[in-house]
Amino acid sequence: MASQLTRNERLLGMAIALVLTASGVAMAAAGRGDLLGTHGWMIAVLAGAAVIALMRGLDAPEPDPGRLNEYYDAPTKVGIGLTMVWGVIGMFVGAWVAWLLVFPDMTFDAPWASFGRLRPVHTSGVVFGFGGNALIATSFHVLQRTTRARLPDQLSPWFVLLGYNLFCIIAASGYLMGLTQSREYAEPEWYADIWLVIVWVTYFSIYIRTLKRRKEPHIYVANWYYMAFILVVAILHIVNNLAVPISLGSAKSYSLFSGVQDAMTQWWYGHNAVAFFLTSGFLGMMYYYLPKKAGRPIFSYRLSIISFWGITFMYMWAGSHHLHYTALPQWVQTLGMTFSIMLLVPSWSSAANALLTLNGAWHRVRDDATLRFMMMAAVFYGLSTFEGSFMAIRPVNSLSHYTDWTVGHVHAGALGWVALITFGSIYAAVPWLWKKPAMYSAKLVEVHFWLALAGTLIYVFAMWNSGLTQGLMWRTYNESGTLSYSFIDSLVAMHPYYVARAIGGTLFLLGTLVGSYNIWMTVRSTVPHPVDATADLPAPAAPTVLAGE
Amino acid sequence: MFGFHYKLERNAIGLVVAVIIAASIGGFVEIAPLFTIGGTVEKAPDMRLYTPLEVAGRNIYMREGCYACHSQMIRTLQDEVERYGPYSLAVESQYDHPHLWGSKRTGPDIARLGGKYSDAWHVAHLTNPRDVVPESKMPRYAWLARTLLKIDDLGLHLNALQTTGVPYTGEMIAHASADAFGQATPDDASAAGVSQRYGEATQVRLFDGDARTVTEMDALVAYLQILGRLSDVAYAAADPSKVE
Repeated sequence: MASQLTRNERLLGMAIALVLTASGVAMAAAGRGDLLGTHGWMIAVLAGAAVIALMRGLDAPEPDPGRLNEYYDAPTKVGIGLTMVWGVIGMFVGAWVAWLLVFPDMTFDAPWASFGRLRPVHTSGVVFGFGGNALIATSFHVLQRTTRARLPDQLSPWFVLLGYNLFCIIAASGYLMGLTQSREYAEPEWYADIWLVIVWVTYFSIYIRTLKRRKEPHIYVANWYYMAFILVVAILHIVNNLAVPISLGSAKSYSLFSGVQDAMTQWWYGHNAVAFFLTSGFLGMMYYYLPKKAGRPIFSYRLSIISFWGITFMYMWAGSHHLHYTALPQWVQTLGMTFSIMLLVPSWSSAANALLTLNGAWHRVRDDATLRFMMMAAVFYGLSTFEGSFMAIRPVNSLSHYTDWTVGHVHAGALGWVALITFGSIYAAVPWLWKKPAMYSAKLVEVHFWLALAGTLIYVFAMWNSGLTQGLMWRTYNESGTLSYSFIDSLVAMHPYYVARAIGGTLFLLGTLVGSYNIWMTVRSTVPHPVDATADLPAPAAPTVLAGE
Repeated sequence: MFGFHYKLERNAIGLVVAVIIAASIGGFVEIAPLFTIGGTVEKAPDMRLYTPLEVAGRNIYMREGCYACHSQMIRTLQDEVERYGPYSLAVESQYDHPHLWGSKRTGPDIARLGGKYSDAWHVAHLTNPRDVVPESKMPRYAWLARTLLKIDDLGLHLNALQTTGVPYTGEMIAHASADAFGQATPDDASAAGVSQRYGEATQVRLFDGDARTVTEMDALVAYLQILGRLSDVAYAAADPSKVE
């Protein structure tokens, strides 16, 4: 990595890593006897390793000036690797906690092994580890191709990618040790949150600097979505994580808001993490890789405008549908429900735009599992957004809320949409990036597709059944006018569905393992690329612009 | 409209500003008024504060991710009110930094758990849930009874909570560690101060049944036993016409 950086970038990188090492040591000193100290040491060791790596490469020759006539894809390649590593970790822990609900005594009498501590490792592992790395990796790839400009420098993409993964490591290790803000999907404590802001600002600066240097007059749709993802996640993250640490030597903090205001802020964040992390970002992915792989232009430019602004404007109103019938004032609940229903228009516009783009390429969907991953993702996107709008209706929510139906809905989106579009995009991008004629094994892509689809369907059907059963049992009255079932009756009824869910999740994990093997073998294969790879190059630029960056 | 967009998408900064504006409106309209509209949070003059031991117990509840399976929010629905008790009011969580309303009931709602079972039941249940509820899917938390509670920094905790707006007094902050010890050690001299500072109704007893040490089990059980009992307002203010 160091050999790709200019000498100035190596020095700057070393300076940044040194500051980070010093911060880690300071945290370790201030947080003696606290878990903050443990994290301080971890940061110091990891950042110290970066200092040594850069120092050892300091005197390597300057990189070839010819590199400036090519795209900079090394961070994307590493990012794809990290995506698969986090995918395996996050999905393994997910399958594990699913089995914990079948065999609750599998906790070895150890604090770290209980459901409550492992669950955020699963959710953060897949949402931030798997999803976040996929978004960062693909965004660098897509950004350069759609602007026909190289990334502005070599250092900042590495800072973003590695810095982001440091955040993920701090998060996951913290949960196991018992560090959490207990805010769903925003569990990491205050110092990790501050670090993420620094990483995120750099991420935004890469985006805006590359856009400024673009050789295409128009900014392509995919970049609108990636941009909305970066900007709005920053807003959500900062507001939702406002907190008061008990001291600078402690990892523990208390949220600034309390009770009803805190609940509303949390679900404004939680729902829009779904919107701008798990929807916007991945729509950006879809808008590039799907038409590219299908060899068809996007069906409708106007439809993409309507859906983009619809999603960007309306999602932010929808969070309160997580709080129907609670102590949140009813006017907010009603507003949230109304916007949730309206959201179906831009959501289905996106799904329809994707599927109609495939018109004329359906024979390729049939023959090519990579494209089928993306097609199926668009179908699940349409299904789960419909389901989401439906569940946001108050009376429906009275049945579905607090039950496994919500879990099923989330996984229809996370497995069916997010993971499938990611795998499709990665299978498309890997041969392009590593200049191979194709994936190592088309058969294994097929195997992965069917494992993933079967796993998703088993999971979602199990949770629909258990959620509906649960919701109905809770509200069933007998002839004498009293509740028919105790809570534990409903839990016993869940057992077969929990077994089925764990099997579905395990199948999905197996598919991810197959995919990881296939990607690894493709990267390692020595088959040369038969076609001329020079087509994938930035537009020739005036040298002054490049030097100016 | 599409003509305007044709221009907008050629301007990176313009696009950035437009995204920020479009995405900010919803949050402003829905969240900002919650801090200013008086009716959002009811008044509860009898509301007491969490004691330092209960704060510590609440932190254990959060640390172990209990909120992932237990809600603390009874909705205004007939079956919930009959199953769990009066529906939850906003004021009942006004000192909850953060809120722990939860989003999933793999186990039951526990907003009104306090006083429903004995301390001994809770200790047995946390040690091995299947000893008292054979069908339970809850993890075992036997190690809580073996882990001493960290009480020396509870003053810092109360101080931070005071910064966020919880009306802890300087005296409460100064005595936080002693009060935590006293609440779980009724025979100790420090026990008297707890009721004096937090009210006569404060539960001062051997929560885990062991007088020698104050463990994490003491703290968690003390917290579980206060759930729904910081105020009686939910019983007094219950309005049957709001229940659907």
